[in-house]
Amino acid sequence: MVAPGSLQAAVSLLAEQPGVWLPIAGGTDVMVQYAAGKLPARKLVSLWNLPELRRIELTEKEIAIGAGCTYTDLRQHETLEREFPLLTTAARWTGGIANQNRGTLGGNIANASPAADSLPALLVYEAELILISARGARHIPYAGFHTGYKKTRLQPDELVQAIRLPRRFGDYVSYSRKVGARNAQAISKVCIAALGRIRQGIVDDARIAVGSVAPVPLRLSNTERLLRGQRIDDELVRRITNTAIEEIQPINDIRSTAVYRSVVFKNLVTEFLVQLAAGENQA
Amino acid sequence: MKAHQPQHDVSLTVNGEPKTVRAYAMERLLDVLRNQLGLTGAKEGCGEGECGSCSVLVDDNLVNSCLMPVLQAQGTKIVTIEGLAQGSKLHTLQQAFLDCGGAQCGICTPGMILAAYHLLNRKPKPNPEEIRESLAGNLCRCTGYTQICEAVTEAAKRAS
Repeated sequence: MVAPGSLQAAVSLLAEQPGVWLPIAGGTDVMVQYAAGKLPARKLVSLWNLPELRRIELTEKEIAIGAGCTYTDLRQHETLEREFPLLTTAARWTGGIANQNRGTLGGNIANASPAADSLPALLVYEAELILISARGARHIPYAGFHTGYKKTRLQPDELVQAIRLPRRFGDYVSYSRKVGARNAQAISKVCIAALGRIRQGIVDDARIAVGSVAPVPLRLSNTERLLRGQRIDDELVRRITNTAIEEIQPINDIRSTAVYRSVVFKNLVTEFLVQLAAGENQA
Repeated sequence: MKAHQPQHDVSLTVNGEPKTVRAYAMERLLDVLRNQLGLTGAKEGCGEGECGSCSVLVDDNLVNSCLMPVLQAQGTKIVTIEGLAQGSKLHTLQQAFLDCGGAQCGICTPGMILAAYHLLNRKPKPNPEEIRESLAGNLCRCTGYTQICEAVTEAAKRAS
């Protein structure tokens, strides 16, 4: 492993030997894989604590979170806490304090686990990623970044530099839940992040994203489309959950079963709709 | 593989003393502390960041030392459980763990105490929920969490 000390130097290394270098930030995933012998023939480049990646910048319209910000950094940021509670709540649910002090948002994105707790929040907040390489920076919507199980649009010479969130969800109802064996440390069986807004009794906008029920963190686009313009009642809840269940592909694995995940998922979507109708936040 | 890799001199401050160790970049901070510096307070439980028994403070932040490559500790200030007592006088937290029966087999205890220390440095008067959250990354399989939480509550009371 090398620690080049600046973002530019890290990007240069990647440009010289694309695909050879594996970035490591807080090590909460990479160190586990390394110890298990799953990273043969990879050279590691440390991005930990690079100042260029550890900033949170606010403008009137958006907030840009450096990819190297830790979950603790997110939790401690007042604007994030106020305007993006789904993200700070997910940060609070990730690992325990020690892992939150080391794990980074950029690492969570690049590691691309479908069970990652912070990723559904980024989906519903319409995050944009800034990817950096020696060729320059490019901006892409976070939606569509994950192309398959642990596959992303990140090129071998690119790093996630920052995550930009538009500051326009302040008046939405927020809902999130993590269902796992235990609050801390345990990885989710199902996690959900959702936003909604009701105007004159009608769903004006709704966004729902889930983790651990598909090969990628998933936004429920069909469900959202069906929800918009509707009044929430028992009949709608039934139709919505039936549509939603068609959008996920839960599996049996060491943490849960497809059947359990499906039942929990339906319950969470239902709870979101009930709380949205009542205007109650649960973030 | 290691034989082809260079070793590095890594300078860090451990429990107030400047140290330089010679190590491979990817050596775990945990192993360097235990094997090179003889500080065996930090324990290896799971070795993958799940149990917290290897917890130490790095620049005042609680960290699982099994997940930290030592090269990333260059220039940092480390505090291990060995750094809490002042000579033969135990730290308030250590004494409270003793008095409340907060330690049985002792494997989780250094991590528990450092997690509690990390909390009390930030919130000298934590509520029960904050105590439980601060210790949630540290697993105990024998003492029981009740006495551990009571010990932290007691330490906060004695320190105020």
